Amino acid sequence: MIIAVFAGFISALFAPIIVKKTGNLAAYLLALVPLTLFVYFTGFIFTVDDGATYNFYYDWASDKFKLTFYLDGLSLIFALLISGIGTFVIIYAGGYLKGHQNVGRFIGFLLAFMGSMLGLVLADNIMTLFVFWEMTSITSFMLIGFDNHRTASRRSAIQALVVTGLGGLSLLAGLFVLAHMGYTQTGAPIYELSTFLNADISIIDHDFYWVALILILGGAFTKSAQVPFHFWLPNAMEAPTPVSAYLHSATMVKAGVYLLMRLQPVMGGHELWMTILPLFGAATLITGTLLAVRQKDLKLMLAYTTVASLGLLVLLIGTSYKAAILGAIAYLVAHSLFKGCLFMVAGAIDHEAGTRDITKLGGLRKLMPWTFAAACLAAISMAGIIPAIGFLAKEEMYAGLLGYGNMALLGAVIIGNAFMMVVGVAIAIKPFLGKEVKAAKAVNLIHEAPISLLAGPIVLAVLGILSGLLCSYCFGDKFLNPAAMAVYGKEFTFAWKLWHGFKTPLFLSLLTIALGLLIFWKIDLVRNILSKVFSEKRWGPDKGFDQFISGLVRFSFKITTKIQNGEMRRYLAVSFAIVAFAMAYPLIDNGVVPEFPDFSVLTFYELAVLAIAFVGVVLVVRAKTRLDAILSLGAQGFAVALIFMLFGAPDLSFTQFMIETLSVVILALVLTRLTLNKGDHRGLRDNIIDLSIATVIGVSLMVALLAVTQMPFNNELSAFFAEYSKPIAHGRNIVNVIIVDYRGMDTFGEIAVVFAAGVSILALIRLKSWKIRSDQYDDEDLL
Amino acid sequence: MEGPLAVLVGVFFIASIYLMMSRSLIRLLLGVALFGNAVNLLIFASGRLVREVPPIIAQGAYAPEGITANPLPQALILTAIVISFSFFAFLLVLVYRAYQDLGNDNNSALRMAEPENTPKPVVGY
Repeated sequence: MIIAVFAGFISALFAPIIVKKTGNLAAYLLALVPLTLFVYFTGFIFTVDDGATYNFYYDWASDKFKLTFYLDGLSLIFALLISGIGTFVIIYAGGYLKGHQNVGRFIGFLLAFMGSMLGLVLADNIMTLFVFWEMTSITSFMLIGFDNHRTASRRSAIQALVVTGLGGLSLLAGLFVLAHMGYTQTGAPIYELSTFLNADISIIDHDFYWVALILILGGAFTKSAQVPFHFWLPNAMEAPTPVSAYLHSATMVKAGVYLLMRLQPVMGGHELWMTILPLFGAATLITGTLLAVRQKDLKLMLAYTTVASLGLLVLLIGTSYKAAILGAIAYLVAHSLFKGCLFMVAGAIDHEAGTRDITKLGGLRKLMPWTFAAACLAAISMAGIIPAIGFLAKEEMYAGLLGYGNMALLGAVIIGNAFMMVVGVAIAIKPFLGKEVKAAKAVNLIHEAPISLLAGPIVLAVLGILSGLLCSYCFGDKFLNPAAMAVYGKEFTFAWKLWHGFKTPLFLSLLTIALGLLIFWKIDLVRNILSKVFSEKRWGPDKGFDQFISGLVRFSFKITTKIQNGEMRRYLAVSFAIVAFAMAYPLIDNGVVPEFPDFSVLTFYELAVLAIAFVGVVLVVRAKTRLDAILSLGAQGFAVALIFMLFGAPDLSFTQFMIETLSVVILALVLTRLTLNKGDHRGLRDNIIDLSIATVIGVSLMVALLAVTQMPFNNELSAFFAEYSKPIAHGRNIVNVIIVDYRGMDTFGEIAVVFAAGVSILALIRLKSWKIRSDQYDDEDLL
Repeated sequence: MEGPLAVLVGVFFIASIYLMMSRSLIRLLLGVALFGNAVNLLIFASGRLVREVPPIIAQGAYAPEGITANPLPQALILTAIVISFSFFAFLLVLVYRAYQDLGNDNNSALRMAEPENTPKPVVGY
């Protein structure tokens, strides 16, 4: 299993080399990878249809976050779609980008994407799921931005990454809330989705249910382009057509739908679930279809119907109703097949005729008969006409919604389906029938697409019809039912039939088709009206995104120039202000009030030494001349040495005396060459700010030190050193023993630091000044 | 006994941090020197104070007799004194070189890495 998941990534690494070595054959060779995976997953069909599920464990980051995979009917159906369509997409990509210099990179990205997507639908552990989820976003970013010299590509890529990336963060939080809800149920956080699914753990009544739901929906809705996050998907059509066919119709955008389906048994059935999902689904369905009919570009039309289809799926899942879920599963398969096919058809038309504008295309049926055939079959499925699987899906979702009893949803779905049929029929008929093309390319140059561009559309279109015809034999039982049961959460039996007799769903289907034909008849009129209503120039989420991004850049620029204005003083002030807050806040928050220090315990000479230190410090601050500064710095240093002496630290005292003397001597040497400005540079305002920051830190440290020293002292460590210094280390001076023995490595490090400082100082002194050097170079130039 | 020292530590910190925020590089340097002493005194006081009895074991004995000063903070401070001295010396030379190149000790003039008037970022894709 792990090999299956990582096969995509591994082959992605080798794709550029293989393309370089084998040229045009490479796509066929690389398509063997998804094909093998497809065959591998097909093997599971015959056990999964009996309700078998598979768990795979691999140790990874920690015992909580295992690399675990879970395969049941739902994962299987997705895995088959991903690997199956992936096979044709890679062949198609080889033909579509023939001669492009970066074909290898492109196919590599596609394979890596396939690996991520497989990992996503097979993941069991929530962390595994999240990692693969993000990887699909990243590979999608790479693929959308493949034409990286075009601004539109770059913009769309960033947009897709930002939208789905933000959703990913929301999803991560949601998944952890979900794991936590498992904690309150079973006493341990649940990181495996299969545990939720198999153990029948109910989290519906949990207090945090709504938090988890909204966060997870944040991930699913952005990924599956639900309103108001739908705008990134049509923009993603900047990507080369194979990408649109694969990622942005058949697989990646279904990741959100997959997640909702996966969680339906766990989170479905709640009132919130059954309100939010159908509401957003219906809104997306209607928005998507209306925007689709407005478009003239084939790919954009398809993109918006994809948005609509995703809305439809979300709507159906949101009912948590058995028949509707069956419809959703059938529609999922149908959509992947016909949409993948139609995208490839659109790409083939673009590739051969040089334009994707539907108003400029016509009469291609003689020139591209095979493409035309594939498009027709796919359109039959998209329009939901018997005997395609699309018909099956539509019948079932109508039956489901009738049984569910929500007429508003049913109405929305009928209108949505009618519009989708219009788009499907328009794409299948308009470019092929009617008058000859008025496109940029001359007619005699247009010919049938090569086999690599045809294989995918034809196979997918035929499958779309076959799966409908065969539904009552094996396809429904073996394929659709296990998935539907996984989504529904309970076992049931259901017999798929293509022909149910003259019942309400059939009449609703006929109504949809009639409505669709009516709209198609007046398509130019409808398009004009819609393009007036939804003008591109108006403000919408897409424009809002631009404003958001540029606002973010300006905002961060302002913040950066404010905080990092290049002045060292500002940096120090900001850093110290944060330290001041970090020091003072806990003290205030905990209400630390130490006793007032008792000065009377000290002898007069101890007080005198403290006073010398105090005066020395104050004089350093107030020093106006170099001599003042040196002398007062020396005074406080020697006072500190005396303090060490008085309180039983002769070693420290000795070292301090030496160091302090040395410091003063060096300082005196250096300062003779510098001038010290009399006044400080800062004005009154800076003075007040600096002084208050310094005071807050100083006082906080004083209070903390007072409070600490007034508490009982734990002498354990020092007692250890005192006890073992002589017997073990054979030294009588405990301080020395600690330094050279117990902490010998630290002392070694210290010596290294001194050495490094010495070398650096030497280097700085030996190096000539830049100014002097540049003057010298000038002289040399003159010579 | 630690109380008065704690007050002195507070004063050391106020003075050193105030000096470090100065625009004058030399004052910043003086602040760093004070800061080292402030930290050392802080460690020293938090290890509790004992008068005039160094942590030394008498000849022939196996453990110190009676109460001695706490050896652990002393060992830490001993390291710290040396490190802060080398740091101070390094900074001193650095300031000296900066002064040579800039002609004054105002640290606002140190702008080579972050020049003034950074161009505005490009908004777009």
